[in-house]
Amino acid sequence: MSVDMRTFLAHVELANPVTTAAGCAASGRELAQFFDLHRLGALTTRSITMAPRAGRPTPRMAETPSGMLNAVGLQGPGIDAFLERELPWLAQRGIKTIVSIGGGTVAEYSELARRLADAPGVTALEVNLSCPNMEDRGRVFAREGSAAAEVIASVRSIMRYDVPVVAKLAPDVADIVSVARASVDAGADALSMINNPLGMTIDTEALRPSLAAVTGGLSGPAILPLAVRCVWQVHAALPGVPIVGVGGVMSGQDAFQLILAGACAVGVGTALFHDPYACLRIERELEDLLRARGFQRLADAVGLAHRPPGSAPRHLLVDTEESTP
Amino acid sequence: MQVTGTVLTTRRVDAYHALTVVAPGIAERYRPGHFVSVAAGGVNTSMVTRRALSIHDVKSDYGGTVELVFTVRGPGTAWLAERRARDTLDLVGPLGRPFPLPRDPVHCVLVGAEYGSAVLFPLADALLERGCRVDFVLGAASADRVFGAMRARRMAETTTLTTEDGSLGVRGRVTDALPSVIADTHADAVYACGPMESLRAVTAVAMEFDIPVQVAVEEAMACGIGVCMTCVLPVIGDDGVTRMVRACAEGPVFRGERVRFEDVGTIPFDALGAPGGGARHAG
Repeated sequence: MSVDMRTFLAHVELANPVTTAAGCAASGRELAQFFDLHRLGALTTRSITMAPRAGRPTPRMAETPSGMLNAVGLQGPGIDAFLERELPWLAQRGIKTIVSIGGGTVAEYSELARRLADAPGVTALEVNLSCPNMEDRGRVFAREGSAAAEVIASVRSIMRYDVPVVAKLAPDVADIVSVARASVDAGADALSMINNPLGMTIDTEALRPSLAAVTGGLSGPAILPLAVRCVWQVHAALPGVPIVGVGGVMSGQDAFQLILAGACAVGVGTALFHDPYACLRIERELEDLLRARGFQRLADAVGLAHRPPGSAPRHLLVDTEESTP
Repeated sequence: MQVTGTVLTTRRVDAYHALTVVAPGIAERYRPGHFVSVAAGGVNTSMVTRRALSIHDVKSDYGGTVELVFTVRGPGTAWLAERRARDTLDLVGPLGRPFPLPRDPVHCVLVGAEYGSAVLFPLADALLERGCRVDFVLGAASADRVFGAMRARRMAETTTLTTEDGSLGVRGRVTDALPSVIADTHADAVYACGPMESLRAVTAVAMEFDIPVQVAVEEAMACGIGVCMTCVLPVIGDDGVTRMVRACAEGPVFRGERVRFEDVGTIPFDALGAPGGGARHAG
């Protein structure tokens, strides 16, 4: 018996729930050397900016216990080159593509949305809100509900109605639920969480920070519990909002945790650095786990861990009734 | 491609470690200059980044083996150094862009600093096959860190060794010996691998002699396949624009004169997409 792995990101159907996390699949071509990208639920691009960006100086990466820090600084080709070379390559192959965008002002996000609104091949738009807001002393948009809402409202008003807008939230906030709620109220069709929390490591030989940028985003299995907690809290508060769970997913079991917490899709990032086939493996492992637990559909498992103590899982209720004499 | 390879033999080569691994698909596709990445720590490891390793030798026995050379720098390479025969390793490769080879039988000087010389031996084989003349200049801080001196002597027309402490060969750095080797052998091209500082100096010498130089860089990488964007360095493109390019995907082999060695570890102000504008409109 095969499990129905289809899922919906707002109204867009994905063949399976496993996507690449933003910034972890480069242009797509790199991973295409290893496997057929059609086997992904969707490919999320790196965060595209208006101008080309050279990113941060090296060293940009440091391994940490069960994770790594990165400070790449959104290195990328800029929207012109993206629309000219990268998106058409994905679109021509019919690969479901979630385009991530990043900007320094609301106007920049809006301009990016305008450029992408008529581009073929945009399955969904993910708004990376963890960019420094140039108009607010460089504090990131994701830090505050009102700043996040302003960006989302503007982008939502520009994008075509049939392209879902996904707000990517950061865990470095006092109350992620309030930022999530503000984003949804502003028009976000779905949420993606979590972006990398900020971390830092110090080189004890050189006696200075390991990264040239001093701080960097922490990723890898170290942040999985943080991601599960954020997805859990937001799903509890906003049960109707689709969530892409991202953060430290290395196995099908990790993905299953996020699904049970309330995610309907799962982003895989750092695992790709360790294993180029991670997305396919995780999807297979997740399907095996669902089958072993008696699920016929992935959708039945979404948010299931929220059921009250003592109640049976919904997907098994039918069986229980039938077996009652 | 990803291969679960079985360790065939392990050995110490002076200050370095070498692992021979049965990895048929990788050996078959290998060209000199390629590298592999290896997962460290085994199943359920807490180490999430892969280690990029140089390929020192490729043989066709057991369906294809690769010999990997590395030095212990941290917990990952320490784990690799503890591998024994019949252990398995998760390898991805061959990765990167290989050394371009000359069409004609020209004279080539191969310069290796520290264990950077490891990648030069398969290159020397390929050059000799094409009828090129090969001369080696190998150097390191001390005698035990000069990699492959014996093998170089067997292969090359001449081999010049340098150590900074004078414990082997000429006292000094590879670039102290390089000008006279280039002059004596009427070299047409230089190939080099080693730490960034050596590559910078080798490139400067080759440019003085106005001969092409190909360098293979050693940058820290997390993935090795071009997705993590952490192994970048400033390189001048065909259009004259400096870009931050990936050592794993666009490299590790570059034309020496195109690499902005002085600016490695920074974002040059005129690089494409540099903060503050730079060559924002150039691309």
